Amino acid sequence: MFEILLKEELAPKIKLFKVLAPELARKAEPGQFIILRIDEEGERIPLTIADFDRDAGTITIIFQEVGKTTDILGTLEAGDFLQDFVGPLGMESEIENYGTVVCIGGGVGVAPVFPIARALKEAGNTVISIIGARTADMLIWKQEMSHISSRLHVATDDGSLGQKGFVSDVLLEILGKTRVDRIIAIGPVPMMEAVCKVTPEDITTMVSLNPIMVDGTGMCGACRVEVDKKTRFACVDGPEFDGHKVNWELVKMRAKMFAKEEKEALSYHRCGEGECQCHRTNQNEK
Amino acid sequence: MSQDKPKRKIIPNKHPMPFQDPEIRNHNFDEVALGYSEDTAVLEASRCIHCKNSPCVEGCPVGIDIPAFIKMISERDFAGAINKIKEKNYLPAICGRVCPQESQCESKCTIGKKNEPVAIGRLERFVADWEMAQGIDSTPDIKPNGKKVAIVGSGPSGLTTAACLGLKGYQVTVFEALHVAGGVLIYGIPEFRLPKQIVAREIENISKLGVDIRVNAVVGKLNSIDELLEQGYDAVYIGTGAGLPYFMNIPGENLNGVYSANEFLTRNNLMKAYKFPDYLTPIRVGDRVAVIGGGNVAMDSARTALRLGAESHIIYRRTLKEMPARHEEIEHAMEEGVNFEYLASPIEIKGNEEGRVTSIICQKYELGEADESGRRKPIPIPGETFEIPVDTVIMAIGQGPNPLVPQTTPDLETNKWGNIIADAQTGATSMEGVYAGGDVVTGAATVILAMGAGKAAADAIDEYLKG
Ligand SMILES: Cc1cc2nc3c(=O)[nH]c(=O)nc-3n(C[C@H](O)[C@H](O)[C@H](O)COP(=O)(O)OP(=O)(O)OC[C@H]3O[C@@H](n4cnc5c(N)ncnc54)[C@H](O)[C@@H]3O)c2cc1C
Ligand SMILES: Cc1cc2nc3c(=O)[nH]c(=O)nc-3n(C[C@H](O)[C@H](O)[C@H](O)COP(=O)(O)OP(=O)(O)OC[C@H]3O[C@@H](n4cnc5c(N)ncnc54)[C@H](O)[C@@H]3O)c2cc1C
Ligand code: SF4
Ligand code: SF4
Ligand code: FES
Repeated sequence: MFEILLKEELAPKIKLFKVLAPELARKAEPGQFIILRIDEEGERIPLTIADFDRDAGTITIIFQEVGKTTDILGTLEAGDFLQDFVGPLGMESEIENYGTVVCIGGGVGVAPVFPIARALKEAGNTVISIIGARTADMLIWKQEMSHISSRLHVATDDGSLGQKGFVSDVLLEILGKTRVDRIIAIGPVPMMEAVCKVTPEDITTMVSLNPIMVDGTGMCGACRVEVDKKTRFACVDGPEFDGHKVNWELVKMRAKMFAKEEKEALSYHRCGEGECQCHRTNQNEK
Repeated sequence: MSQDKPKRKIIPNKHPMPFQDPEIRNHNFDEVALGYSEDTAVLEASRCIHCKNSPCVEGCPVGIDIPAFIKMISERDFAGAINKIKEKNYLPAICGRVCPQESQCESKCTIGKKNEPVAIGRLERFVADWEMAQGIDSTPDIKPNGKKVAIVGSGPSGLTTAACLGLKGYQVTVFEALHVAGGVLIYGIPEFRLPKQIVAREIENISKLGVDIRVNAVVGKLNSIDELLEQGYDAVYIGTGAGLPYFMNIPGENLNGVYSANEFLTRNNLMKAYKFPDYLTPIRVGDRVAVIGGGNVAMDSARTALRLGAESHIIYRRTLKEMPARHEEIEHAMEEGVNFEYLASPIEIKGNEEGRVTSIICQKYELGEADESGRRKPIPIPGETFEIPVDTVIMAIGQGPNPLVPQTTPDLETNKWGNIIADAQTGATSMEGVYAGGDVVTGAATVILAMGAGKAAADAIDEYLKG
């Protein structure tokens, strides 16, 4: 069992946990993820390692409540326990001194970009960051990102903070003015795809794919993606890939594999809708 | 043979195993085979003629003293029988259920020359179940010897090594990537063939030997083999299995509705998707399922799909005769209503505009000359293809070794398929103090072979650490 030491609400439906997992914290690197299971009946879901503290033995995760499991997860509090917490999974980000790197985070994707941007900065890069969200109150970790960036740009869809528009619009402006050696973009699939569309082929643009996963160790193939016309398993070969080579149509299509079942489970589990099961996770305390 | 003894009349057939009715069981996940009663077991045991040279023992990869345990059953000494088996086999309730007896112990049985062989597997299962029902707690006295061994992977191979070393007094830690121990026994082989409660019970017995089983521990990510050695483990055994699913590389294979057998079975067995939405992991089968392959994995997938409410078709390149699955499983699949399509293999999977599978196109084959393995090679018949409308395709065409451990262990030698190279007798690898066995060395094989390798390696590790 893994204890939740700290819970923070970063934005509506976006929450942060610090989880006690010393062995994992000892090995975690930027770009990697964990898989957790709340309880015996739970699904295994992957979440990126947003931060780690080797001394305190903690892993930070940030998640958005988008369905049954993340909904239930959001009802847990500091002091509660997660049944399973496994990792660090996936390959770590490639960190070198590239020169100037643009780090882009959209929505909850700002969380996984943070440790990568920090490592890139520590490796000597000039880090220009662009973070975005639909509205100002949905934007997370602006402070954290500004600490580790040489320059921080903010974009919101409605213009309630920073520039009005998408992160890809800001990127396009930067590309017009500044020499950029590498780009890393993490966020919703349409955002990552849009970023890849505006970046020239000769600037490597890394994206972090989030297909449906089960084991996260290369055993099931649920996480198949197509990169450079080859099938890869995102959990072991990724999750980061060169975005210019990703088959985005397939990524979008495969995310819908269980759309019907996800809806069914949600209506079954959401408070007030049908048979409310949300707070059953308190059984963890027994 | 017992020529000198007075001639006994031989009962020609095995005592039939009571089964759940096919029309009922294809709608539930309860165990299909119900097991012998005490009286049936005693009667079946009396079919054994206790051959002096006991050919059956040669057919058992771990060399169980089969005539001895069967004799004890015929004398109703069930406790004696199970202890006899446990001298060689730590997971008898499992082997009795899943060993391919027809190609192992029972294939060598003298009675089997003219009649049906003695039902060795069923008898083994009987005494193992009998012991469980008694609730006998036979924790042996173990003297710790102060040495530490790490085992990677908790499949039958790793568990056997752990049990052997635990009994010898080693302090054993098993590292398992998933959240439950058992390997394929837990995530692959379905409940209706091997109830998970039985696996859990066998694992509990191993824990009682002082073996520490740590789940959620992916070696290569959390710790590497080198780090385990640095952390004070005196030896390491790698039993990580063959869990990497193969695909065919045909068009349409990444459409929604194409699963590897591993994914399909894991969702169902490990994650209990058949209890969705009480359990949160979803599975979707649709109305019609095609399973590609002819081994145990294919049978398990097809029979699982059936139980989830779909019409189920096996598509196999060769014919019934060449199918590598256990005979009993093929028979059960047929009784339950799985359809078999022989001499065919998919060349394309078609989908709709939403990216969901709608049909599968297959090439017809004929059997040509026998190849080196002695099996006749399937040859495509030009121009002969057919299409079956399906909602789901399950690929059960084989698995390779998982690369996580070799990738992070530069000194560990592997062959061109990624299998760890290990000595056939001892399991010794290219690294001192590191042993390996089971599917990760041999490629996908059987439970009992994986166990045999684990046992041999345990002896070799004991030699090494004593020396
Ligand atoms: C490597 C990786 C890192 C991720 N990191 C984060 C993160 O840091 N923060 C965050 O909020 N989200 C992250 N995600 C996405 C997160 O895993 C899903 O939001 C979560 O699984 C949804 O589960 P649910 O039951 O709440 O929603 P559901 O209703 O089940 O599904 C909602 C959406 O999530 C996707 N999804 C469903 N089940 C899974 C699954 N088992 N694995 C992956 N995706 C699934 C589906 O495509 C669906 O569109 C990551 C995904 C991957 C693969
Ligand atoms: C569906 C199916 C049906 C089968 N039916 C039969 C049958 O009827 N009869 C029969 O004899 N055989 C059958 N087999 C084959 C048999 O199950 C295998 O040969 C046997 O399980 C191999 O044992 P193993 O211990 O080598 O590996 P596995 O059982 O594969 O166990 C390996 C374990 O190692 C873990 N692992 C992998 N990598 C790591 C890592 N890096 N760190 C930590 N842990 C790791 C895995 O999660 C797994 O739990 C079947 C196989 C399948 C898939
Ligand atoms: S372990 Fe398997 S091969 Fe050996 S006697 Fe038992 S059923 Fe037969
Ligand atoms: S070969 Fe058959 S009859 Fe002979 S001892 Fe073995 S089980 Fe008994
Ligand atoms: S999640 Fe199973 S192989 Fe990637």
